[in-house]
This record gives sequence, structure tokens and C-alpha cells, in this order.
Amino acid sequence: MDENLLEVNDLTITPAGTETPVLQDVSLSLAPGERVGLIGESGSGKSLTAQSVMGLLPEELRAEGTVSVQGFDGNVLTAKEKTLARMRSDLVSMVFQEPMSALNPLMRIGAQIAEVLRIHGEVARGDIPGRVLGLLTSVHMPDPNGARYAYPHQLSGGQRQRVMLAIALANSPRLLICDEPTTALDVTVQRHMLDLIAERVAAVQAGLLFITHDLAVVAGVCDRVIVMYAGRIVETGSVAQIFTDPQHEYTRGLLASSDLEATDARGKLYTLKTALSYAGPAGATAPAAEEPADVREPAPASAGESDTAAETASLIDVTGVSKHFRARGPLLRRRSPVRALDDISFSVAAGQRLGIVGESGSGKSTLLTILSGLDRPTSGQVRVGDVRVESASSAALRSLREDLQIVFQDPFASLDPRMRVEDIVSEPLVARGMVRAERLARVEEMLLAVDLDSKAMRRYPHQFSGGQRQRISIARALVTRPQILVADEPVSALDVSVRAQVLNLLTDLVDDYALTLLFVSHDLGVVKHLCSDVIVMKDGHIVESGSTDDIYANPREDYTRSLIAATPSLAGALASAT
Amino acid sequence: MSENPSTTSAGEASVDRRRRTKLRLNSSMIIGGVLILLIVALALVSFIWTPYGPSAVDPVARLRPSSPEHLFGTDRFGRDTLTWIMYGARITLMVGIVAVGIAVLIGTPIGIVAAVFAQYPWGTWLGAVIMRANDILLAFPALLLAIVFAAVYQPGTGPAMVAVGIAAIPGFARVARSGTMQVLGSEYVRAARASNRSVPAIAIVHVLPNIASMVIVQASVAFAISVLAEAGLSFLGLGTQAPVPSWGRMLQESQQFLSTQPELALWPGLFIALAVLGFNLLGDGLRDRFDPKMEARGNG
Repeated sequence: MDENLLEVNDLTITPAGTETPVLQDVSLSLAPGERVGLIGESGSGKSLTAQSVMGLLPEELRAEGTVSVQGFDGNVLTAKEKTLARMRSDLVSMVFQEPMSALNPLMRIGAQIAEVLRIHGEVARGDIPGRVLGLLTSVHMPDPNGARYAYPHQLSGGQRQRVMLAIALANSPRLLICDEPTTALDVTVQRHMLDLIAERVAAVQAGLLFITHDLAVVAGVCDRVIVMYAGRIVETGSVAQIFTDPQHEYTRGLLASSDLEATDARGKLYTLKTALSYAGPAGATAPAAEEPADVREPAPASAGESDTAAETASLIDVTGVSKHFRARGPLLRRRSPVRALDDISFSVAAGQRLGIVGESGSGKSTLLTILSGLDRPTSGQVRVGDVRVESASSAALRSLREDLQIVFQDPFASLDPRMRVEDIVSEPLVARGMVRAERLARVEEMLLAVDLDSKAMRRYPHQFSGGQRQRISIARALVTRPQILVADEPVSALDVSVRAQVLNLLTDLVDDYALTLLFVSHDLGVVKHLCSDVIVMKDGHIVESGSTDDIYANPREDYTRSLIAATPSLAGALASAT
Repeated sequence: MSENPSTTSAGEASVDRRRRTKLRLNSSMIIGGVLILLIVALALVSFIWTPYGPSAVDPVARLRPSSPEHLFGTDRFGRDTLTWIMYGARITLMVGIVAVGIAVLIGTPIGIVAAVFAQYPWGTWLGAVIMRANDILLAFPALLLAIVFAAVYQPGTGPAMVAVGIAAIPGFARVARSGTMQVLGSEYVRAARASNRSVPAIAIVHVLPNIASMVIVQASVAFAISVLAEAGLSFLGLGTQAPVPSWGRMLQESQQFLSTQPELALWPGLFIALAVLGFNLLGDGLRDRFDPKMEARGNG
């Protein structure tokens, strides 16, 4: 075998002042031009591994072992900053997760790409503008010429990530590291981005180290997969081998929980714990057998109806709702309103589980804010129960909020960092004027219901992981026993392995509390698992609506079709990989 | 079905690490803290013991340089300078505390209220009016206010403190307003609104604890400014009046002996500088510690 492009030997990283390493004996190698996926959940050490390869480790971490890169003399871990600077972008470059924060907001795109070329100094000055244009074209930027003069905020998330890729590839590095490059993107954009990365890496014949927590994503891009867990490499193998014949228990669990189409005997998603009986993605077995994915009874309209009064009619009625935002233009320029929602009508029966699907900017979150009375529509009517939301008095809104609770997307932003969990969860009860002892009893009960123990009550949010925080958020939403639960992308910020647990929990709670569920997501896979009906939204319009199975089986609109096609699924990924 | 145990412990380990880095004091905080403690100690000790009485004159030992009997020397009446420095520390701290207290207690609520009003369509103009009034106040220097106060009432420590405090209000209002707007835009406040919390409750439960760090930083900087302002006012005769010992007045009295006995100006000047430096350093250190950006950098 030739000299490897990247060779990591016995990399151990220990934070200063502690004895327990966060990364232990990690060894991996990458042949020139090879594409390797590095998989693991947050905290498994995959990003640290990537940072050590770049020589970007924070100072308070002690690293032992060797990292050698072809074309670079010596150990990256002990090399001087000056020599490292040459290595970066010359030999190794990186695409980060969050394209907005990785780009300088005050610099035009063209200038940022040119900067990289100039520092590198191998392209003659006069050729730089042409090269920038070439790079933007190569990442399939729409209107590459105009894009050079755009600022980062004027581009969409996917376009920004394209720019990041252009910058990373500007100096034709031999190794490209992508750290969760598509996690912050919509599914449709994610698909394009993945294809683009695969295409470009092949075009410049670079090696690829692709970091992600989502197995379905990695399959289409990589040849080989390395699975990390708790700072160690637990398994290495080709994509087909890992997917069809995982050896390590954790890999099997990860595989099982990323498969939203497979459910166990009780109709639950597989989690790391229950993965033992998981048979593999549908593509590997008979696809037909997995077809009735909805094992849990899809007849929620009759279940749990009794306590929502004798109302057989719809619980939520939305008629002709529009919401316009006045865009702020510079002085003298005419302001044209942004139509966030345009003539939206639908209704939800009590006990129904409605999924609202669409890309970011499609107006789904605006719709939720209006439904929950946090904002008012420009025109149209919204009725929730017997409250007319659009014209409700603040007292009526208050009673609406007793019945309708929200779980927010970001479990890190939606919990007050300076409050104890008991105070966070009991907040809706305080507003009701309940006495403290009773509140705490309710909180404890609720925390048990979301699988957290009562010790959690005295702790602060930062002491919990993302999945646990989302449980706290769910507990807060359900502590008032609402009839309607509105969930705004509650799992999109979570790791795949945690996602399955939270989704199972939601399913259980929706059953136990006879909830009407409004579930907003950009991920059709999640919605398909959880919801009986679905609304597909695009640019403030409802594109298509109907029962989930219907829409999945025969989507009428192109847009829906493209959404379904873009949703990463293990079976699909495996099919494309083999 | 709880979270994987090893994931949790890894999470906790990183949390522990973060807390430790957070608790780590930086050097500006330590130096600032030591200087402030020194001044507080001087003031406290002065209640129990001073080398001489504050008004004990010794006509024989006038304008003496440092000596074992009079560590910092004596002034023109033969009063012990060290004793005066110790008594002066009391006034300095009192002025700082009262002035900053006035500014915090009035300025912070103004800022919070202005930010809260700005959330409502009907309150936008009210919020704007409050902040513009605030800007007008900002245009008055503390010195001018103190002169007005001294003219209307009589010059003294009280009016000086109030003047310095009022002049510091706009700073707190601005800090509190920007912090409040940030907190009100956060998702946990949205969650609180969805949980039916009233606006005043949100302001107390969510906003106050989350802007406290910013207000504390502002307070320590304002403290330094007040100390300097009081010294300046006393120097001009608009602040603390004779015979109460004050560093500013000591400076002023030492003026005429600057060529013959410069040491007389050295001590009060040095202590004013130390106090201001101490509070400024503490403010810098606190800001570094509380600033989320700094923290993110520290943790990589």
C-alpha cells in the first residue's frame, strides 16, 4: 500500500486538570482519494479528531499520539503554528457546520474566496477574479458572477455552504474535512449539498473525512465508515458492511434508531437499548414487509375523544389566514410586504396528529405562532376550541394557552439558563396560581412521565444533554394537561440516536394524554412515523394535504415528490451505495 | 428508556469542566479585588483604630515627611495624613455605594420598562420617549449637576453623591435595555409567554437574573467613575466639606505646598488612583468572565 494520506496513531486527548481522556487511542488512516465517514453522537469525539488533524485543538487540551499528513513533515500535534498554517488549505481544509458563523458577515463573498487564494499565493494576482468565478461555478452557485458581490446574509443557507465548499477547495487540498456540513440545512438542500461534495471531491481527487451523526447521510458520500462512541473507535468497515452486518452493539443501535421506517413489536422506533431485534434497513430485507410502517393504531379520532367534550367537529379551524411582514427597505425605496402566509385554510379534528412539512421559509413557524396566539394574522380567522384567536382578548388567549402548549425547536435556547428545572417546568402552573407544594408534586410526576428522575428538579439546564433538555421542554408543555400539543421541529436539533427516544416518548405521551398533535418538521421521515395527516407547505401556501400514507404513496405535486426523494433513508442510502 | 448512561456522564464531565473554567478568576479580577479589599479594610479599620484622632492637631509637627510617628507625614496643621487617608476611604466608599445604588435602582428598571414597552405596538413611542429622556440626561455631566445642586442646596457630600448617581443613571438604563431586549427575544421567553406568564412576571423571573451580570459589570465601572467624580467635586469645594476628611479635599489643600511638601499630594492622589484602578480592573475582569463570547473562546 502507498503512503497514506492521513495517518492518526493512538491519539489520546485529555482536558487540562482532569485524568479522564475525552478521546482515547484513536487510530485511523485514509488512503489518497479515499472517502471516509466518521460517525458518532455529540460528545463522541469526532469533532475533536477532526480538529487535531487540522492542528486546531484548543490549548487547554493535552493531546498525545501522532497525526501525520502526506506532504507535511512531522507530527501535526507538536508542529509549530507557522508550519501548520501552510498545511491548512494547502493540504487539508475544512467545511464547518454553521455556514453563517464561518463566513465574515462584512465581507463580500468574492473577496472572501480571493483572500484564501491570495494568502496561498500560488495564483497570480490578475488571475484571482477569474479563479473565484471558476470556483463559484464549480460549486453550482446560481448566478456565480453576481454572487461574488453578495454578502453572506444575502445568500440562503445552502448557498452559504456552497461558498464554504468553494473556499475549502480553493487551493485544491488533498484532504477535505467536512464537519456536519448539512446538519443546519433543509432536507432538499442537504441532498444537493451531499451530491455536490461527492462530485467536487471526486473532481479534484481529494480525500474526504466526513463527520456526521446521521448514518443515512454518510452512505451516499463515503466508501468507508468509522464509528466512534465515547471517545473511542468502536467499528470500522465499508458502508455496505456496516449497514448490513454491523458488529458492534452501538453501531447496531445507531443504525436501528436512524431507521424511521422500522418499528419494533410495540410500534416503537428502535433505540440504542432495543436495537437487538432490529433486522436491518428495509432495502436489505424485503421492502414489502416494511410497508405498513404505522403499526400503532391509525385511528386516533375515536381514541381519547371522551374528555375533549362532545365536540365531534374540528378542534382547530384555520380559514384564509394570511400574514404579511412589512419588509424594511432603505429610505425612499418602496416597501413590499413579505407574504409569510397566504390564504391558509385547514382544520384539525380532536385527537388528530397533523404534520406540517416544508423547508425553512415556508411559513410553518409563523403559522404556529399565530395558532398559539403569540402573533396575530394579517387577515383570516383562526379558531382553537371555542376561542377566536385572531380577535381574542388577553383573557381568552390565556385560557387558550392552558389548552395549547408548545415544544420549541432548540432545547438549548428554550430553557432559561438561570432557572432550576423545577421552576422551568412549573412555570405554566405558576401562571395558574397553583401553590408551590402542589406545583412541585405535579412537576415531579411530569418529569417521571418523560423518563427523568426527580433528582433533576434541583439542577440547571446546562447540566443536561440535548435529548434530556428536550424532555424537560416536553414536560413543561404537558404539565398543564393541555388538549393540544404543538411541536416546532422538536427533534431536528437532536442526534439521531436521541431522536428516536424523544419520538417514542412523544408517541407515548400523545396516546396517554389523548393529545391533539401539531407537529412541524422539515423531515418527512419523522412526520411519516408520527402523524396521521400531513400538510405540505411552500412559500406560505399549502401545496398539498391529506393522510400521510396517501401523500407518501402518491404525491400529486412535484414539490412533495422532491421532498420525499430528498429525505435521507437508510434503505435509499444503501441502495445508492451498493 | 433513559439516556445512555455513558453519554450522560460524558456530558456531565464536560459541564464540570465548563464550570471550573467559569469559576477561574482572571488576573484583572484578582488585582482589582485586592485593591478594593485594601480600601475597604482601611475604611473598616478607621472605625476601630486610627494612629491619631482626625482632628488631633500638633502645631509642632507641621508639614512633616514620613516618619515612624507619622507614616505618611503630616499636613499644615500637624494632622496625621494616614489617619486622614483612612477616614477618607469611608467617604469614598460611601459615595460610590450611594451613587451606584441610586443609578442601579433607578436606571435598571427604566431600561427594562423601556424594552418591555417596545414589545407592544402601543408602547413603541413610550419606550422611545423614555430612552430619549434618558439621552437628554446623558448630556448633563455629573459636574454640572453637582454645581446646580450645590447652588440650590448647599455644597456637601449628600448633594454630590446624588448628583453623581443621577448622572450615572443613563448608563444603567442603556445596559439594562439592550440586555432586556436580548432576553425578550429569546426562545425561553417565548416559552414563558406560551405558558401564560404575565409580562411583569417575565421581567422579574427571566429578565432580571439574565441581565444581572451585565448590570454588575456596569456597576463596578460606575463605581470607579463615582470615586473620581467625588474626588473632583471635593477638590472644587462642591463635595465633602471641612472638617470631614476626604481625599479630594486633601489634594486641594496640598496644592499650596506642592513645591515645599509634595508628599502631601502624593498620598491622596495615590489612593484615588488605586481605588479607581481597582474598580476598573474588577469591571474588566467581570466583563471577561461574563461575556459569552470570551467564554466560548476559552472553551474552544
